[in-house]
Amino acid sequence: MPQVQIPSPLRQYSGKQASIDVPAKTVGEALAGLVSRHPDLKRHLYTEDGKLRAFVNVYVNDEDMRYLQKEATVLKDGDTISIVPSIAGGC
Amino acid sequence: MEFMPTLTEAKPEAALSNDEILRYSRHLIMPEVGMEGQQKLKAAKVLCIGAGGLGSPLALYLTAAGVGTLGIVDFDVVDYTNLQRQIIHSTADVGRKKLDSAADKLKAINPFLNLRTFDTKLTSANALELFRQFDIVADGTDNFPTRYLVNDACVLTGKPNVYGSIFRFEGQASVFATEEGPCYRCLYPEPPPPGLVPSCAEGGVLGILPGLVGVIQATETIKLILGQGDSLVGRLLLVDALGMKFRELKLRKNPDCPVCGTHRTITKLIDYEEFCGIRGVEAPVAAGGDLPAISVEELKKKLDAKADIFILDVREPHEYQICNLNGYLIPLGDLPKRVSELDSSREIVAHCKMGGRSAKAVAFLKQAGFTKVSNLTGGITAWAERIDNKMPKY
Repeated sequence: MPQVQIPSPLRQYSGKQASIDVPAKTVGEALAGLVSRHPDLKRHLYTEDGKLRAFVNVYVNDEDMRYLQKEATVLKDGDTISIVPSIAGGC
Repeated sequence: MEFMPTLTEAKPEAALSNDEILRYSRHLIMPEVGMEGQQKLKAAKVLCIGAGGLGSPLALYLTAAGVGTLGIVDFDVVDYTNLQRQIIHSTADVGRKKLDSAADKLKAINPFLNLRTFDTKLTSANALELFRQFDIVADGTDNFPTRYLVNDACVLTGKPNVYGSIFRFEGQASVFATEEGPCYRCLYPEPPPPGLVPSCAEGGVLGILPGLVGVIQATETIKLILGQGDSLVGRLLLVDALGMKFRELKLRKNPDCPVCGTHRTITKLIDYEEFCGIRGVEAPVAAGGDLPAISVEELKKKLDAKADIFILDVREPHEYQICNLNGYLIPLGDLPKRVSELDSSREIVAHCKMGGRSAKAVAFLKQAGFTKVSNLTGGITAWAERIDNKMPKY
């Protein structure tokens, strides 16, 4: 089953879980499954018109899904999906 | 992808004195550095943006390593909350300009350093001229407008941007804006709406984390100068200090990038406050506005008069342990499912640390039909500052 890695800024919306197994055939299905289980995540991942937010990047293993087939990217068993939002802290 | 752009040719004036040769002995005996590499370091000019968490290890190590010219841009003053991680500053420096404090430490480490300090906020008006005077820019800033400003100014001036960023237990590092490699905007075309991603001041940061990430930045800076090894160009390094895991993700140059792509729409610096603010209108932090609010002075007066006030503390339990107003604790995230614990007939004053989270709580409670609810302006911090100076601030 693909596993979605939740970054620490978003864990407060995922029941504090760092990774969640989601049955899914594509990246889009995995993300949809994730937000249906944790509805609070939705506002942080998607805009109001349902597009993935521009400051949230999604990787399948080490590859940016924008350079694969985006949400239609097909997942294999054992694939890791990472949500990597921008952070700005430095001081 | 392996990129190692060469930057600095060793100049004849970068010849080392006998004192310098002794000082850099452990570099000189490694062929990857050697006399040639050490002279490149001496000839190099590196600009650090910020003398805070990331800037501390960056500046300390670059200075010790023999980088000849180090510029630091900062306009801040050292305060007590900095000392947990900003290791270039010490307790005696509280209240001093960070530039003055940093200058003392750096000159003490290496008298050969040519230190150039810029006591200013980096802006669209000064960034290009400043960056042109240096070979490499190391970004140790703490906010999105400056991140985008540093990136764009690096792309426009052709200077590599050695990037590091931290939050709580996690960090990111990369090298952006080299000729062949991606820039920060290729990775993140747009900033998050204000309020959606907390800052270190709001979310906290493990004290060692800027050390880990800042030293990675220093390493990348030195490798760029030496032209040795594989740089982080085209890779995003993710550091997870709790799991103690280092992962890397592939970064690609985005052909549609507005600043470094094939059809560039950003050809000069823009208003970055506006860029990072305007897109946030959709999800603002309810900052007060039309929400009912109460000052700490008014609350004190009411409490002294034994008014029936229910204090609702929406912080986290570990914050409650630091200090509290003897309020009823329901962390903001739990409020929707625990709202039934509250009595809507009583006057409720909600507070958090600074007033941001409790404003959200008040907005939520009003929507849920509570009419006698107000937000404590400035939170428990304002209470500690203006009502009870024995209360700790955090």
